[in-house]
Amino acid sequence: MLKIRQLQKKKLEEAAASAAATADITGNSSTISSNNKITPAQLRLQKDITELDIPKSIKLTFPNSSDLFNFNLSITPQQGYYKLGTFQFTVEINGNFPMDPPRIKCSNKIYHPNIDLSGNVCLNILREDWSPVLNLNSVLIGLNFLFLEPNPNDPLNKDAANVLVKNKTLFAKNVRDSMRGGYVDQEYYDRIV
Amino acid sequence: MTSTGKGVTVCAKVCPAYNTHVYGFDSSLSIPSIFTSSLYTYKLVMTSVFPLLKIGPFNEYPDEYSSVDAADALRNSKVLVIGAGGLGCEILKNLALTGFKSIEVIDMDTIDISNLNRQFLFRESDVGRPKAEVAAEFIRQRIRDPSLSIVPFFGKIQDKPLEYYKQFTVVICGLDSVEARRWINATLVGLVDEELNNLIPLVDGGTEGFRGQARVILPTLTSCYECSLDMLSTKQTYPVCTIANTPRLPEHCIEWANALEWPVHFSGLKFDADNPEHLDWMYEASLKRAKLFNIKGVTRSLTLGVVKNIIPAIAATNAIVAASCCNEVFKIVTNSNPILNNYMMYSGDDSIFTYTFSHTKKKDCSVCGNTAKTTIAQKWWTLQDFISQLSKNQEIQMKRPSLTTSTQQLYLRAPEALEEATRGNLIKKLSDLIEPMEEILVTDPSLPISLKVRVHFEGPEEKPDTISALMSDV
Ligand SMILES: [Zn+2]
Repeated sequence: MLKIRQLQKKKLEEAAASAAATADITGNSSTISSNNKITPAQLRLQKDITELDIPKSIKLTFPNSSDLFNFNLSITPQQGYYKLGTFQFTVEINGNFPMDPPRIKCSNKIYHPNIDLSGNVCLNILREDWSPVLNLNSVLIGLNFLFLEPNPNDPLNKDAANVLVKNKTLFAKNVRDSMRGGYVDQEYYDRIV
Repeated sequence: MTSTGKGVTVCAKVCPAYNTHVYGFDSSLSIPSIFTSSLYTYKLVMTSVFPLLKIGPFNEYPDEYSSVDAADALRNSKVLVIGAGGLGCEILKNLALTGFKSIEVIDMDTIDISNLNRQFLFRESDVGRPKAEVAAEFIRQRIRDPSLSIVPFFGKIQDKPLEYYKQFTVVICGLDSVEARRWINATLVGLVDEELNNLIPLVDGGTEGFRGQARVILPTLTSCYECSLDMLSTKQTYPVCTIANTPRLPEHCIEWANALEWPVHFSGLKFDADNPEHLDWMYEASLKRAKLFNIKGVTRSLTLGVVKNIIPAIAATNAIVAASCCNEVFKIVTNSNPILNNYMMYSGDDSIFTYTFSHTKKKDCSVCGNTAKTTIAQKWWTLQDFISQLSKNQEIQMKRPSLTTSTQQLYLRAPEALEEATRGNLIKKLSDLIEPMEEILVTDPSLPISLKVRVHFEGPEEKPDTISALMSDV
């Protein structure tokens, strides 16, 4: 432990030299009464959540306000095919965040090329392109973008993607019909306007 | 059997290198009699204490080094081993044969038949029993040394109180879980106080197939596990759209069954890879999918591999990484030679390659970027009072601080929904909201890192009347 003692000494000397310690801070932390520890995931998530910089069209709600790891998300696009619909999502973040990406599912059954009928979302940064340097903000922006620019090249709902490629007017009509709560190609969609 | 046997034979071959003729061994340095009391301890002397008698060629503290102190340190140190799996078995065997006398081992798993090829402390009759317990028993029986204590704990590291971790000289980790590693790392960093007391070195080993690494973390002094998080390879994943529409690989079919079909058929039921019925279903569904797209190669074991994200474990990689880790623990405890600074990468993919480098501390690391500070608060302060004081006292001005503890949100500035939910706390007394010395996490958009604060309460319970309050302010 000699090496460690030497490094300790060096660091303490540096700290003393910078004389940063404020008067009201004591060194008495020997009695840690609580065994509850802030987890590394919480450390990161609190920063991510309280510093979100997202468009007004995205709203977060917390069914349990003491739980930052599970919340709901609603997106109300202000333009594009999905204008004025309100789409609900559930967001689930696990204890291994940000190693593991957030899990996001759409709670409505909607007509969208990149979202399937079970609510799975095809967004690269939620899976294969996720990395711990990305944050919650990037995910929400990406999700919002899916409603402004649905991407027919990476489809999850192939029928919707085909229509979008072949006939944009029909696609717009299908989106409108589905958002009102109705059938498109024998499939019933949830009302979200 | 061969493994423990091997440990001794190899060392017996090494030891002659320390004899008089080769290194000019000083014959006045005799082996203390305490180490020669039995044949067993004689073996230990040969393996670990004997080399301590001669100062290592790279020893950094030749004036302070003492072979007697080094041998004492080895016998008196307390080592915690986390994980009793592939790496853990190797580590426990190595430490016991090196001459460590007090070892504790934690593992939450039970023995599976598939472990037996490399986790050599376990036998077929042990299947289903806790790894930590069986490993401790095996070592005890194999090394009949009454002075060796191995204490097993079958459970999670999170189950132990913080105080528990303070008793160890070194913690050595052979885990396959990133989450558990992050936890122990944050815990050991958190134990270090402002005078740098309770600094417990963490030696971390990891293997993945033919690759592995060993590293030494001196909490708060050198880069920590969290500092290097973005160096980790993330799980192998496939684009959802490929899985859903254009599968080409057997893995795509398994992921389709796992990520898309399971939730449809069993809404709300969590898939459990250890449940044979669940796995059967997953395998059948993947196979059906593979047939539809004419893809070959979906097997039961591949299914298990994909859903559990298993990378085949190689016994040799475990042995090499564990040896390196135990060597570091030995050097940390005995001061015999310089310790690893601080990261060794090993790859056996294509012949053998190792690379050692000093991973630098991340300035804005959320774990070691700064350690918990203790601050004083008046018992009568409201949360609002506390926040104002905190913002004033910090060198860096905080504009919109958010405060939480491990169990509750005290006050969050954003988003709106959480601000509304926590606003009511502002007028509550801080001493009613938290326990004394409970850790508070403070984040602020103007701070690149988060602060951890512990509060020590003093003063009267009720706010003193205005005049005396004014007086005390002066
Ligand atoms: Zn760090």
